[in-house]
Amino acid sequence: MDQPKHDFKQRAAQALGDTRLQKALQNVKRGFVEKRQAAKTKLPEFDRLREDARAIKDHTLSHLDLYLEAFERKVIESGGNVHYAPAAADARDIVLQLCQEVGAKLVTKGKSMVSEEIGLNAHLNAAKIEVVETDLGEYIVQLRGERPSHLIAPVIHLNRETIEADFRRAHQRLPYARRLDQPEHLVAEARAVLREKFLAADVGITGANLLIAETGSAVIVTNEGNGDLTATLPRTHIVVASIEKIVPTLEDAATILRLLARSATGQEITTYTTFLTGPRRDADPDGPLAYHVVLLDNGRSEMLGNEFADMLRCIRCGACLNHCPVYGAIGGHAYGTVYPGPMGAVLTPQLEGIDRARDLPNASSFCGRCEAVCPMDIPLPDMLRAWRERDFARGNPSRSERLLLKLWAYAAKRPRLYHALASFVARSLVRRGGPRGRLSHLPLAQSWTVTRDLPAPQGKTFHSLYARARKREARR
Amino acid sequence: MTTSDETRKAVIDRIRTALGAASLDRTRRAAVTRRLELHPRGTIPARAAASREACVALLSEMLAAQGADVRLVTTGREAVAAIASYLGTCNLPPRLRMGRDLILAALPWREAWDIERAIGPAEAGDRAALSRAAVAAAETGTLFVASGTDNPTTLNFLPEAHTILLAAADIVGSYEEAWDRLRSVYGEGRLPRAVNLISGPSRTADIEQTIVRGAHGPRHLLVLIFG
Repeated sequence: MDQPKHDFKQRAAQALGDTRLQKALQNVKRGFVEKRQAAKTKLPEFDRLREDARAIKDHTLSHLDLYLEAFERKVIESGGNVHYAPAAADARDIVLQLCQEVGAKLVTKGKSMVSEEIGLNAHLNAAKIEVVETDLGEYIVQLRGERPSHLIAPVIHLNRETIEADFRRAHQRLPYARRLDQPEHLVAEARAVLREKFLAADVGITGANLLIAETGSAVIVTNEGNGDLTATLPRTHIVVASIEKIVPTLEDAATILRLLARSATGQEITTYTTFLTGPRRDADPDGPLAYHVVLLDNGRSEMLGNEFADMLRCIRCGACLNHCPVYGAIGGHAYGTVYPGPMGAVLTPQLEGIDRARDLPNASSFCGRCEAVCPMDIPLPDMLRAWRERDFARGNPSRSERLLLKLWAYAAKRPRLYHALASFVARSLVRRGGPRGRLSHLPLAQSWTVTRDLPAPQGKTFHSLYARARKREARR
Repeated sequence: MTTSDETRKAVIDRIRTALGAASLDRTRRAAVTRRLELHPRGTIPARAAASREACVALLSEMLAAQGADVRLVTTGREAVAAIASYLGTCNLPPRLRMGRDLILAALPWREAWDIERAIGPAEAGDRAALSRAAVAAAETGTLFVASGTDNPTTLNFLPEAHTILLAAADIVGSYEEAWDRLRSVYGEGRLPRAVNLISGPSRTADIEQTIVRGAHGPRHLLVLIFG
């Protein structure tokens, strides 16, 4: 399941040629982009909330040590336990140990990107513990042995027919003649199969969209209700969350929740937003008997002090993916990482090292839509640029890349030479472009022209046009 | 875990180093304490600042848009009749699981003599449940159901049909007002084990972005606004 890191370009090329994937990716625009815009329009305060949310997170992050301590005190006060995990391996070991302490054989899981980040399922499986994903999309990718291809829509890369085939393969004890040709049939079947798992599970593991210092609560946001069944039915509930998920108060949570669903799915609010505080109380007739929160650092504390600190405001809504032309063209799997899209391209080099992820900050046209739609006002393009600079400083680009950049810099610092070269290149390209004004072959630029034509320049450089306009202006 | 104190210190120390902060810095501590005690409000959408009548209308409209069925009832008799007919509409037997909520217990159940009621948390075979919402925020049509013996959490998620009674007096405009209501019941900085914000029936759009109801939780949600 671990995809190699180095062949991003190859996977992107494959994705572009995959007609089924391309068809599925059309749903991103239909499902997310338009609905988000409609939801934003219906809430005139959206931009003010965005400023508030940014300020909340900036304040929290600059006092993160103290808010974590306050959160921990509240969890303990409510009868729960808090475990700190400096790295991914610590987190999965803690969870495994908690499962083994209660002799768990079956674990149900709510959707959690952090659990993907720490490779939790494989770790539990290796210790002979069955893990069942219960979010419908996550259940499907688990059946397929894949990773989710989107933060909030794990199977956005699949069509119904593919999922039908997966269900027929996985649910063989059901009669083959059953109908599965509508999404309703697939949902009903998953509901019945997973209901048995919910009721039989020994431990439930969920992520958290937010942690609240004021009350020691974990907030889980879902539309399906799977997170709630996971958190309520088993005897033990484990929350796995990264340290930057914390906010000070219930009011702060309210502000961020107003942005989250609208930015993610274009809903006013998700169907279920759940605030969980500790295990079952004395008189409670249901809920888990034991409650644990595992707090994961895994590189985040380092980010607090470097140029990527703003990334810690991210609430994983997926808006930057939905509006990214690169994500829209290749989908999530081509990135080969847990976190795809623009936010993933910023986060992954921090989590895994720039050497393993150097293609990702380069997979951007810097169009800026990700920053424009980010509800937490994260300057994603600036941070992608910062990774490119770091990468360059480490001497990562090839010799020929460096030589070309040097040549360009030499010319750019000498305006006369630059103008002379530019007008020479422009004129010769016009000639090559012929009457169509298009170039289908270009030496040194085959990787561009192999898939599309390059429009030929108009013949004049910007500088010569500008100079001429100035003269005309002066004559008037 | 024997090393938990060490790992805890390691993480907290790393954060302090990155922030360049001293652990005993009084100004920082005071800022955090103040914020937790005062829990200041941010921007509240104008739509939430409405009269009680307007809030009832907004709540109903939002809930309906999110796939819930909403009925306004003025008497207990109407409430019970609405539940009975809803179970019929959903093609479910007249059986209801509910908690020990006194207001729900006080409904005139004799009027709906054919509804069989079971008290306690939901079980696998339960097909319909009744809960009472502690408070509701009109801004997004969101009901707040608090866990406990009165309204066990499993009622919200296991059955196919969920009916929730909400007193009109418990409808507020914003989430912030709802939190203050809960603080007045449970105390500052305290919440019941689970507070479930419910804004419609269970749904998923995972398959080709087609919305399907009844993913894992209830397919049907009836909200009875009483008063």
